[in-house]
Amino acid sequence: MKNLVLKGALAVSALVLLANAASATTLEDVKKKGFLQCGVNTGLPGFAAPNDKGEWSGFDVDYCRAVAAAVFGDPTKVKFTPLSAKDRLPALQSGEIDVLIRNTTWTLSRDTQGFDFTGVNYYDGQGFMINAKKLSGINSALQLSGASVCVQSGTTTELNLADYFKSNKMEYNPVVFEKVEEVNAAYDSGRCDVYTTDQSGLYAYRLALTAPDDHVVLPEIISKEPLGPVVRQGDAQWADIIRWTHYALLTAEELGITKANVEEMTKSDNTEIKRVLGQEANTKLGTDLGLTNDWVVNIVKAVGNYGEVFENNIGSGSPFKIARGINAQWSKGGLQYAMPIR
Amino acid sequence: MASQDITPVGRSSAKASLLYDPKFRGYIFQTITVLVLTGLIYWIVHNTVANLQRAHLASGFGFLDGRSGFDISSSPFLRYTSDSTYITALWVGILNTLTVAVAGIITATMIGFIIGIGRLSHNWLIRKICTVYVEVFRNIPPLLVIFFWYLGVLSVLPQARQSITLPFGTYLNNRGFFFPAPVFADGAWLAGVGLIAGIVGALLVRRWATKRQMATGQQFPVGITSLGLIIGLPLLALAIKGFPLSFDYPVLGSFNLKGGALIGPEFMSLFLALSFYTGSFIAEIVRAGIRGVGKGQTEAANALGLRAGPTTRLVVVPQAMRIIIPPLTSQYLNLTKNSSLAVAVGYPDLVAVGGTILNQTGRSIEVVAIWMVVYLSISVLTSIFMNWFNAKMALVER
Amino acid sequence: MDNNLSFVRTEMLQGQTPPLGERGIVRWIRTNLFATPVDSALTIFAILLLIWFLPGLIKWLFINAVWSGPDRSVCSTVGQGGIQPEGWSGACWAYVNANFNQFMYGPYPMDQHWRVNLVAILFVLLLVPLLIPKAPFKVANAIVFFFIFPIIAFFLLVGGWFGLSYVETANWGGLLVTLTLSFVGIAVSLPLGIVLALGRRSKMPIIKMLCVIFIETIRGIPLITVLFMASYMLPLFLPPGVTFDKFLRALIGVALFASAYMAEVVRGGLQAIPKGQYEGAASLGLSYWQGTGLIILPQALKLVIPGIVNTFIGLFKDTSLVTVISMFDLLGTVKQHFSDANWISPQTPISGLIFAGFVFWIFCFGMSRYSIFMEKRLDTGHKR
Repeated sequence: MKNLVLKGALAVSALVLLANAASATTLEDVKKKGFLQCGVNTGLPGFAAPNDKGEWSGFDVDYCRAVAAAVFGDPTKVKFTPLSAKDRLPALQSGEIDVLIRNTTWTLSRDTQGFDFTGVNYYDGQGFMINAKKLSGINSALQLSGASVCVQSGTTTELNLADYFKSNKMEYNPVVFEKVEEVNAAYDSGRCDVYTTDQSGLYAYRLALTAPDDHVVLPEIISKEPLGPVVRQGDAQWADIIRWTHYALLTAEELGITKANVEEMTKSDNTEIKRVLGQEANTKLGTDLGLTNDWVVNIVKAVGNYGEVFENNIGSGSPFKIARGINAQWSKGGLQYAMPIR
Repeated sequence: MASQDITPVGRSSAKASLLYDPKFRGYIFQTITVLVLTGLIYWIVHNTVANLQRAHLASGFGFLDGRSGFDISSSPFLRYTSDSTYITALWVGILNTLTVAVAGIITATMIGFIIGIGRLSHNWLIRKICTVYVEVFRNIPPLLVIFFWYLGVLSVLPQARQSITLPFGTYLNNRGFFFPAPVFADGAWLAGVGLIAGIVGALLVRRWATKRQMATGQQFPVGITSLGLIIGLPLLALAIKGFPLSFDYPVLGSFNLKGGALIGPEFMSLFLALSFYTGSFIAEIVRAGIRGVGKGQTEAANALGLRAGPTTRLVVVPQAMRIIIPPLTSQYLNLTKNSSLAVAVGYPDLVAVGGTILNQTGRSIEVVAIWMVVYLSISVLTSIFMNWFNAKMALVER
Repeated sequence: MDNNLSFVRTEMLQGQTPPLGERGIVRWIRTNLFATPVDSALTIFAILLLIWFLPGLIKWLFINAVWSGPDRSVCSTVGQGGIQPEGWSGACWAYVNANFNQFMYGPYPMDQHWRVNLVAILFVLLLVPLLIPKAPFKVANAIVFFFIFPIIAFFLLVGGWFGLSYVETANWGGLLVTLTLSFVGIAVSLPLGIVLALGRRSKMPIIKMLCVIFIETIRGIPLITVLFMASYMLPLFLPPGVTFDKFLRALIGVALFASAYMAEVVRGGLQAIPKGQYEGAASLGLSYWQGTGLIILPQALKLVIPGIVNTFIGLFKDTSLVTVISMFDLLGTVKQHFSDANWISPQTPISGLIFAGFVFWIFCFGMSRYSIFMEKRLDTGHKR
């Protein structure tokens, strides 16, 4: 009889939720909800981390805000769902979040499992960090044979690590944890010699160690880690919005549109700037995307251009001081290349 | 249901009876339950299939034969590399779960008995220390105890290069406890034979000694003889073969100690935490069990002239065991289930390995099913064994 | 007869104080600490153990401890970039102090903390009279506590009504999550456990079988797998696009798990009720539910109060496992802040864990003491 009551209640509550969720597209859903539900990292300083007041900040977080600004014209209409590596894709799958912007590597298997990657907002690669004070004399990953390596489970990192040591015929002892905090704590306490994850992560976590200056990131990059936003497969319009939000940020940087001068720029005579900012007469670029025509203005007003987002969160304006490197604009020798907004 | 129908059968049963007949109502109720349940299961299966199709996920256990691609830090019983299959990885996980559970059960029982008896001690200080121990460990979550041991052990132990050197070529540092691994050469099999012969011999001696004591009242030092047999015979066997046994000693390498065998801090902290945590519960069970043995039993034993030691060993404990065993069984099962907390410190037990596989393949249903089957089997097997043991210990009445 | 001839003393001697070794503290020490040689050895061993252990512990916990400070420098030695002398080691209570609000409320919006506090005050105001046996209006109190209070608490905590801002459960954390999970778990698992126990003793074979399967399956697997199931498989079971709140999923997992254990405890009580009680109830013309509710359950539950409270304690401790599925209860929040760049130091993790352990301990110890008290009070002499 308990089964009956319980299962009945379960079915009823499920039905209630069903009624809420039955809607056509993600964009309509988001607009109806009145906010964007964005999946982010549980705590990767520089990319997504809450401060002690519970306010989120970081590179990925700014991307969430940019999407919110594009959809609502208001970057505050976004809620963050912190997700572990394990939870992130199921959460997107189940509709718990609308978009996943959580330094997720674009791989074929993930792309075919019912997800769509909309671009690469950060080109990363897996690296190694060691305690140079204790392990002086080691300056290459190829000297790491026999080391204990701290790594987070359920990531591409774990697989790359196994492949790298195997192909270089080196031995190692993996120390695997579920959560980033646990990996950090274990590495900091000296449980492992080596910490491996995406290089951006290494720079971020290094600052959270007891003695950051003792630790160095080794030069080798052992994998390609193109990190980007993910959406559910089958909603092309929503995927387009996320994709073009990224391109809008890049284009703004190319054209020199910044958070500070975007208002001014709307009055610019430059045809390209006018077009991008939706100032052309009878433009339909924004509305065709399902947004308003001043969507790029909203994005840049909210978070700045790609360069600003980068420098404020992880670059020179942050404690992490990560160089643009391959994330520079294509015109400056990097890989970031925006498709034309026209 | 138990509601009793006292209406005489026949009179009112003509019209309204069927609805008021408890038996009939029972059938109706059960039919409804079955129907609802079937419907629900159908609904769930239907949804699951739809969801899996939508996500282009296959189902079935075929993926277990695939290459795992990840490494596991501790696999003492199986050869495992990143080229092994998922199923091998799962076996490593199961064996690791069993290892930590068995080791934990042994120490938890020892701790529990010592503390439980200590709580009944006449010695005030011992009693209080034991009480504090029990009250502290019983009332905090096991997960916290595990973290505490892990971070505590890690922060106290030195780095690999400043290892604490212990006797017999063993070392202790924050990478774990290193000890020489025995390497068996040809002819070592005889030692195994010796060990088995020793155990069999010890059992036979015990049987003979009991028989003799029954007949003549004379006692025989069974314990020491057995120990001699079990240790002596393998040694003798080795001596005959000229000691075909060498040890692989751990030596300091560039990062760490190389060679030898290793017990990692993950295992140690999990093992210690489970032992101490469960030990506090076992202590309470033991205390209750001993107090459950009537005072008259002790007094009668004293009156027979038994000293304190034999009284405890021969009179109190065997009777207390009857009270102790059933709750002890559930504590053993709890310990085994709590070993799944290994995931928090990165010890590769079944749940941790399964979690990694779940992550890499997305096969949540299959992995959860494997978890359930394995844990349920362990539970059932433990219950069967403990029931057998309980039956053996039970009061034999005519 | 010579009356003077007396073999019996007519006046008693003044009672003498016992020899030094037989009175006061000396006697106590002798009988309690040094009764036999073995005892003496044990005592000396224990004292040595305490001498080895206690001073260092007290020094670390209190004397060397840092009670307040702005950031990690107060808890690190000079070599680690702090202000403490080399070789210093002590608890970093400053870390607990600075993050105390986080540990209590998690990321719950700062300006909305009054809502949590209000719920906590209501909780205490309703619970205390319920726990004091002599306090009046027990029934009304219980109804308010178990039926009206949860509704008020729900609206206060979640918000979105009456002008209160909506606080999603993802923004709950710390002790708030621990207590909410435990309270709901307890409130759900007791009735559910009773129903399951009755079902297991039911005469209807299918109902009985279902209950047995449910109880034994849940009892055979670890809570972690139940939580994993709730967080990874539940979404698969539902139609596409339907989601359950993550908090709710964990809640369902914890409550189902606890109810299986509760069912076994209650079954123990039901089995201890003599058959005559059932027959007596039936002979009075009471229906099954009347008999069960008025005759059987009151007696059975009274018998198993210690077991019920133990299950509550177990449930309370088990809520800490939700950290494994990335929810931040008290333990999870404390752990999350280990990697807080402001506070990372070698002393931080242990200090945080000790604080969390202390909070858990207070609640569990309180519950177990209360259960002993109730057990004594309810022991109305039915034992033969």
